[in-house]
Amino acid sequence: MRPVYMITGGITKFTKANPEKDFRLMVKEAFDYALADVPGLGREDIDGSVCSYFSDHFTRQLKAGAMVQDYLGLCPKPSRRVEGGGATGGLGFQSAWEAVASGRMECCLAMGFETMSRVNTWKGNEFIALASDTNFDYPVGGFYTGYYAMMVRRHMHEFGTTVEQMAKVAVKNHANALHNPYAQSPARLSVGDVRSSPMVSTPLTILDCCQMSDGAAVAILASEETVKRLGVRPVRVSGLGCGTDAMRMADRPHGKVPLLPHEDEADYAQLKYPGVHSFRGGRSAAAQAYAMAGIRNPAQDLDFVELHDAYTSSEIQTYEDLGLCRYGEGGAFVDAGAPFLANLDYGLDFSGMERFARIPVNPSGGLLACGHPVGATGLMQAVFAFWQLQGSIQKHLGDGTLQLPEPRRGLIHSHAGTGTYITVSILEAE
Amino acid sequence: MNKNAKLPETEEGTVLFNVDPIMLKYHYEIDYLHSYAQDSPFFAGLAQKKLLGSHCPACETTYATPRSHCMDCGGATHWTELPQCGRVHTFTTCHFGGEAFLKETPFTLILVEFDGAETLFLSRLLGADPDEVRIGMEVQARFVRNSKFLATDVYFVPA
Ligand SMILES: [Zn+2]
Repeated sequence: MRPVYMITGGITKFTKANPEKDFRLMVKEAFDYALADVPGLGREDIDGSVCSYFSDHFTRQLKAGAMVQDYLGLCPKPSRRVEGGGATGGLGFQSAWEAVASGRMECCLAMGFETMSRVNTWKGNEFIALASDTNFDYPVGGFYTGYYAMMVRRHMHEFGTTVEQMAKVAVKNHANALHNPYAQSPARLSVGDVRSSPMVSTPLTILDCCQMSDGAAVAILASEETVKRLGVRPVRVSGLGCGTDAMRMADRPHGKVPLLPHEDEADYAQLKYPGVHSFRGGRSAAAQAYAMAGIRNPAQDLDFVELHDAYTSSEIQTYEDLGLCRYGEGGAFVDAGAPFLANLDYGLDFSGMERFARIPVNPSGGLLACGHPVGATGLMQAVFAFWQLQGSIQKHLGDGTLQLPEPRRGLIHSHAGTGTYITVSILEAE
Repeated sequence: MNKNAKLPETEEGTVLFNVDPIMLKYHYEIDYLHSYAQDSPFFAGLAQKKLLGSHCPACETTYATPRSHCMDCGGATHWTELPQCGRVHTFTTCHFGGEAFLKETPFTLILVEFDGAETLFLSRLLGADPDEVRIGMEVQARFVRNSKFLATDVYFVPA
């Protein structure tokens, strides 16, 4: 395999409903933005594409990817659809990486979208719930927030995680998004606001959950020769991993924790893993990506993380899977302020930072504040990570507040189901 | 050949949801023939007030949610009757849900753990207020009298 670089990206503004544009036009907008950002890059340079979108139910249009391919003027070049629930965008990104790494393509477009506004919110929740076992899970609960609520209830039981710690994640991500014009729901919130918002599934309130969204995002990946020819400032994709787990969370084992290089078996002597409190697929994906990128201690070796915070609770659970802190420390990690941006005032008091390394998580605002147009989400993370590493946040967001000082290495994390498919990709400034 | 050919038109209208852009509203419904296939004995068991799990003789693993082949070794499992008493492993009360379940809210979901089974079982808990439910609480299976051959034919109540 050869080195692969991300050379540009684009996104549409994520919004609750965008009936003015269909999925083809939204992807086209993101694609044209990405092309315009690299002088000398044109459609003729794109050897093929991967199209990521989750549910045919939302558009009632099968083979929608073929329509995007022709709308962008990319026929008769190769294309395929990639689908894997919430991780669809992350899987699409990795599929485009494979096309370039293998030498099959010099330059591959990963393009993703979802238009979720075409049905009402509760029908949308039903469609999403169909991504759970339809014999045993869907007919009983039929609601993903309910599944995540059960997972975090167990996390609270095992580790003492609190609803206030979860609420602080919502405060953080919505406040970060105040500086991101692409975000759907930027807001200045307090812990009280989150807890007093309508209860969805105990203990998760509506502000603990991400929103459905219409949106598109693209990432263009290329070989070293293409990078040199175009003279762009590239970001190298230095590590990839993908993990899985049983579709039904009831089937998850209660065994041993697979350790990351900086962890010790004694840390988890009493812990039955993953149970329903942790995401084994996320740990597996991270371990593969870290090994490939040469990361020994993630909280120190990474400068930021864009992770799949469909729920405040799953952001806390994911800190632990990624090894930013130990299993059970996710809540304390939040209380310490470790995942918060140093230059923003969140209206919160932090304590206990001596235990952790600061590593901003979801500086973009994440899914909680940006929205979650499923097939676009994992690519949206790639675009924000790319702009961070290029140092071009000011240029693309029109506001430099979220720009980290000279970040070298970032992680993007895309997550499906109750942890059934999870991707981790590492991006590095060159 | 008929130069005056006309498409026959009907009086049925179209529901316009919006005019700029034009948005139509229409209903979509379909009948499925969903087969439980190899999981069928579980649903037949519910009708006989039995809770069936799967046992892998090679791994000595008992799955509380059935699967006809073992997740660890890939070998065929056999059906085994689970105890009808278990404990709450985790829980939530849903105040919203997918559209099909909205009319049933609020409802309480639990994952049940059983002695002798390595994995869990998703079900609903009745007879306990949301603030009365605890992890570790003992629960007892109940079965509907008129089986619908759905996973909701079984539910749990406080033991
Ligand atoms: Zn076995």
